Amino acid sequence: MADLAVRGLVVERAGRQMVRGVDLDVARGEVCVLMGESGAGKTTILRVVAALEPFAAGIVTAGEARLAPGPLPPQSQLRALRSTVGMVFQSHALFEHLSATDNVTLATTHVLGWEPSRSAARAAELLEQLGVAHRADARPGQLSGGEAQRVAIARALAPDPMLLLMDEPTAALDPARRTALATTVRDLAGAGRAVLISTHDEEFARAAADRVVRLVNGVIA
Amino acid sequence: MIATGLGREPRFVQVQWSSIEPSVERGDFDMGLSGVEDRPELRARRALSVPYYEFREVLAVRKADTARFRTLADLAGRRVGTLGATLAYQMLLDEQQRTGLVPVSYENDNHPYSDMLAGRVDAVLLDHIVAERSLRRVGGFVIQPVPAATSHYVVMFARRDTLLRDSVDAVLRARMADGSLEAAYRRWNIWDEGQRSLFAQVVGADSASRTVPVVGGASAPQGPTTVGSYVPALLQAAAITLVISVASMLIAIGLGIAIAAGRVYGGAVWRSALAVYVEVMRGTPILLQLFVIYYGLAEVVRLPALAAAIIGLGLNYAAYESEIYRGALQAVPRLQLEAARTLGFSEWQAFRLVRGPQAVRFALAPMTNDFVALLKDSSLVSVITVVELTKQTAIYAANIGSWLVPGILCAVVYLAMSLPLSRLARRLERRLEVR
Repeated sequence: MADLAVRGLVVERAGRQMVRGVDLDVARGEVCVLMGESGAGKTTILRVVAALEPFAAGIVTAGEARLAPGPLPPQSQLRALRSTVGMVFQSHALFEHLSATDNVTLATTHVLGWEPSRSAARAAELLEQLGVAHRADARPGQLSGGEAQRVAIARALAPDPMLLLMDEPTAALDPARRTALATTVRDLAGAGRAVLISTHDEEFARAAADRVVRLVNGVIA
Repeated sequence: MIATGLGREPRFVQVQWSSIEPSVERGDFDMGLSGVEDRPELRARRALSVPYYEFREVLAVRKADTARFRTLADLAGRRVGTLGATLAYQMLLDEQQRTGLVPVSYENDNHPYSDMLAGRVDAVLLDHIVAERSLRRVGGFVIQPVPAATSHYVVMFARRDTLLRDSVDAVLRARMADGSLEAAYRRWNIWDEGQRSLFAQVVGADSASRTVPVVGGASAPQGPTTVGSYVPALLQAAAITLVISVASMLIAIGLGIAIAAGRVYGGAVWRSALAVYVEVMRGTPILLQLFVIYYGLAEVVRLPALAAAIIGLGLNYAAYESEIYRGALQAVPRLQLEAARTLGFSEWQAFRLVRGPQAVRFALAPMTNDFVALLKDSSLVSVITVVELTKQTAIYAANIGSWLVPGILCAVVYLAMSLPLSRLARRLERRLEVR
């Protein structure tokens, strides 16, 4: 079975079906790109997999974790999913009051209970790897769009999730940065992760994806 | 009676008792009379008539204390109520110096007696007219027979109105001589032998002499009248203002956080109950709230005045603080909270590590502004007998008969407390903008 398996997913919002029976598999080492117009349901699928949104029907499994239809379970029942799935938001959603390093260490220190020194070493390694080590002490407000995104990726990777979700990652990037991001994404998959990306950027999709899934009006085209 | 004697039409103008002096001087009315006490320093400042009534400062105590508290000397260390800025209040202040008696100043003459029966004060020192009227109305206490002092009521005129004063003197003397004033006093049940001898002296004296020596009882003490002598009292009152403000702000912050958290995280029932609390506290006058807490709840819990003041202001400001915190919590972007969730934080961890710290930054500047407002609103607690900075200033102003110097002094002290805070608020605001 695939590392991420989505079967018969139906998502309703305000009585309207946003996603209408989607099946989707992503394996480790694979970059899967969801393409489609705005409102096609790409982001909704990502948010369902990240357990940020409830769904009406279907089943979602990510590694050992399993999500069922119905209201969102409380955070305490989502431990397995949280340690399996990491997410990078379109607007990065960095914690504005913390430095880049502290954004990255917060979860490993407080959720996984690592020693602060171990968290700091992991953050330094990730920021270095993503080319933003020189911005380690900067606050989110002081970072450029590209830097903020790389810090957000480092934050999502710090607890070492098996599956990384990225929502519209090229939205705030210039062309050169898009190419660099595609390389980064390939490297992440090369290191044994599953990556699921939503975008409407064809060029980026070609450069980054192993597989492109096209969504039209909530169904796979 | 006086107006008829002058051939004029009387018109009634109501002001606060303690405002009679400044009001008559600025011309709001021509003559002020309602228990205006004949004091030497007042005679030096304003035009006063001949005395028209002799009153005694009498001590009222609970029935059970009749034998225990017979004079002021028996009340060392005890709380004794009276009206602010009166002869009686001055006597209590003198007694405080001597024996450690605690004067409690009221704004009207009903509350001291009901508070005595409720046990908040041990005795009330006031004019016998007031005491006897309250005894008829409230009952349940005893007026000690030996007066603590005797003095006279007079009519007050603006300093320039000596001619009017002389005419009123003539009318008063005539009515004393022809018995019509006595008849009026008898009608009101306030005639006694003291009045007979007062009338005899006033009528018998020549028209230039306006004071009558007090017979029996202690003579009236005189309050301090120089600026220097008031500074210690003002500073002490400023300290009380500061204590009230800081303590009630702490309550407001703690309760405000709880209310805000309840309204943001709580269920529907909590949310609407807390919303009602906030709207009631913000939508009704804080004066009313203070009255309810101090007097209204007296039958259930008998809060000391200072505690009632702190709790009242704290409960009121908690409503305002909670709105600041609620806004600050909601100002933290929702996506950050979702990011915290995907990272595995519990709701409480997200609040403690992500939402709370950022909300504090948003709230800091408006909170500082609120504290400045609270500092000034703390002056309202004088209605429940707390003598803080504004009340002390009012007493000072009533004693020297002018608001100018006391007002400036008081303003300087308030500004000394609030200006540094306002600057702090501006600095915090600027720091937030830069970020």
